[in-house]
Amino acid sequence: MPPLGHDLPEGPTFGVLAEFATPGELFRACERVRDAGYTLWDAHTPFPVHGLDRAMGMKRSVLPWIVLAMGLTGAAAGFALQTWVHSLGYPLVISGKPFFSWPAYVPVTFELGVLFGALGAVFGMLALNQLPMHYHPLFHSARFEKVTDDSFFVSIEVRDPRFDATATRRLLEDLGARHVEMVKS
Amino acid sequence: MASIQDKALYDPVDGRPTLILGAPDFHAVTEAVARPIEQKTPAGWWFFFLPSVALLGLLGVAVAWLFWEGIGIWGLNVPVGWAWDITNFVFWVGIGHAGTLISAILFLFRQKWRTSINRAAEAMTIFAVMCALIFPGIHVGRVWVAYWMFPLPNQMGMWPNFRSPLLWDVFAVSIYGTVSVLFWYVGLIPDLATFRDRAKTRLRRLAYGIFAMGWRGSNRHWQHYEVAYLILAGLATPLVLSVHSIVSMDFAVSQLPGWHTTIFPPYFVAGAIFSGFAMVVTLMVICRHAFRMEHIITIRHFDYMAKIMLVTGTMVGYAYAIEFFIAWYSGNPYELFAFQNRAFGPYAWAYWTMITCNVVSPQIFWFERARKSIPLLFLLSIVINIGMWFERFVIIVSSLHRDFLPSAWSYFRPTVWDVSCLLGSFGLFFTMFCLFVRFVPMVATAEVKAILPQADPHHEVRPERAGTAAGTAPAGEGAY
Repeated sequence: MPPLGHDLPEGPTFGVLAEFATPGELFRACERVRDAGYTLWDAHTPFPVHGLDRAMGMKRSVLPWIVLAMGLTGAAAGFALQTWVHSLGYPLVISGKPFFSWPAYVPVTFELGVLFGALGAVFGMLALNQLPMHYHPLFHSARFEKVTDDSFFVSIEVRDPRFDATATRRLLEDLGARHVEMVKS
Repeated sequence: MASIQDKALYDPVDGRPTLILGAPDFHAVTEAVARPIEQKTPAGWWFFFLPSVALLGLLGVAVAWLFWEGIGIWGLNVPVGWAWDITNFVFWVGIGHAGTLISAILFLFRQKWRTSINRAAEAMTIFAVMCALIFPGIHVGRVWVAYWMFPLPNQMGMWPNFRSPLLWDVFAVSIYGTVSVLFWYVGLIPDLATFRDRAKTRLRRLAYGIFAMGWRGSNRHWQHYEVAYLILAGLATPLVLSVHSIVSMDFAVSQLPGWHTTIFPPYFVAGAIFSGFAMVVTLMVICRHAFRMEHIITIRHFDYMAKIMLVTGTMVGYAYAIEFFIAWYSGNPYELFAFQNRAFGPYAWAYWTMITCNVVSPQIFWFERARKSIPLLFLLSIVINIGMWFERFVIIVSSLHRDFLPSAWSYFRPTVWDVSCLLGSFGLFFTMFCLFVRFVPMVATAEVKAILPQADPHHEVRPERAGTAAGTAPAGEGAY
């Protein structure tokens, strides 16, 4: 999925949505959906379920690299700002210290590294997740409201090359879904 | 309540007692957290909210008068150039630190019990930092040039002095506040989505929906989300340690006997966590009772927090002792005088109040019965915060009031405006906290669900331990 911009299927149907009762049932269903070769699908849970990333065959998040880059940028910018101020922009002798008194620059350098890193973590996470996204076809489903309470879902998009209206639906029913429905887009 | 305590069940996967009592299902957790927000405003809430707003009004009056008249309305004067203003600042920043300790450091240490209290503790952090930021803002006198604290290009070509700890403090505390808000908000997103989906009215659906940003519990989102949360915890941990270290450098980097001490950074951090945990205990005792959350915020949580208060209180006591030892061992007569004056001079009453509240009183937490007694915990949490306020007062005022020139010696007395600013800051803090418990989920619902035994996807495939779920400890294993 692209990191920015909303990526939704065209056409009247978004995909199929299956509801499971417990994290264990969802976990085993995800393993089977993964093994069946689906790619454009997702699991929806009220809380992060331990190990589900591997059960879905997902790659590691790239977010740490974004944070590293942002953190180093912030620290470098902080150090550069202080150096510029005291050596070039406004050189002033204060209590006999040298203009380039770098040990005194450590706290602000560190703080700005943390600030940029934290901003990178939050806004990087939102960008990778394509949030905010207040409209999504899954919200058409009334049962899906329980995803933030106590229900566990698997959704498979019609765009998935392996999607088949009857076979995909049967797969999810066979995996123990307590309810399966088609969701319009 | 006693019946809930008796129902400590054992997690069938790891064999430990469950952290959340009464074995609720996922929906029951949602309901328990939603009740304070969705019920009709209880009378008790107004009982706390109205006095808080009144005190907040007092703060408004005091600050307005301060801006109009200048800092001469306070009792401070040469040589006591800093008094209650900076005492209040350090006090409030310190309160905030326990929130970050609970949310970030205990998260990195995989202390699952934190999930019941981390949301409220993080909110406490944010409100405490708000209170703290008021004081350096208003104590400069000429508030209309307060923006000089920030490195903004200006027509005078002037820049702040980055070699000064006071400027490090501006960066440390404002960035600490910013990162705390980010961390808190990221944690809130899934819970705001819960309230969006439960909303009965359109206004609620819109209000919670806008801030939930369209969260739909996608596991592809949870993956990035969990990484972001872990990284924020990893960033907030050194940040929180740096913040109070830098606050302590406001004093330690100066040349003043009583302030010029290398022990200050770790000593201040320990004291901050000490007072912050006391404030968490104060707030949680009230909240769990008022909102009937005894099964989520359990006696075990208070037991753990009491242990942390015992440890940090004793560390603070150690620092008090080492300061005296170094004052004698250094052979510096000025240093020795400052400490003798602190303990036996005109402010001896404040010093011994501090010792009694901070060092003596938490020692009762060596006893398990004391750690599990809610009335005693509540009382001591307030005593500790009184003591920690006095600690900052003693450090600041007792070091300043007898400077190098005996003819300048004086004795600081607060005016009504000093008292108004302190009480007013409590008004701000409790007003914000009352609004928080009424409109924002007070417990991290998603995180609490994730630590329930049935949240483990392999929970039900361990039939050999199924018997342990019935409420008895597995044979041969201790309570923990």
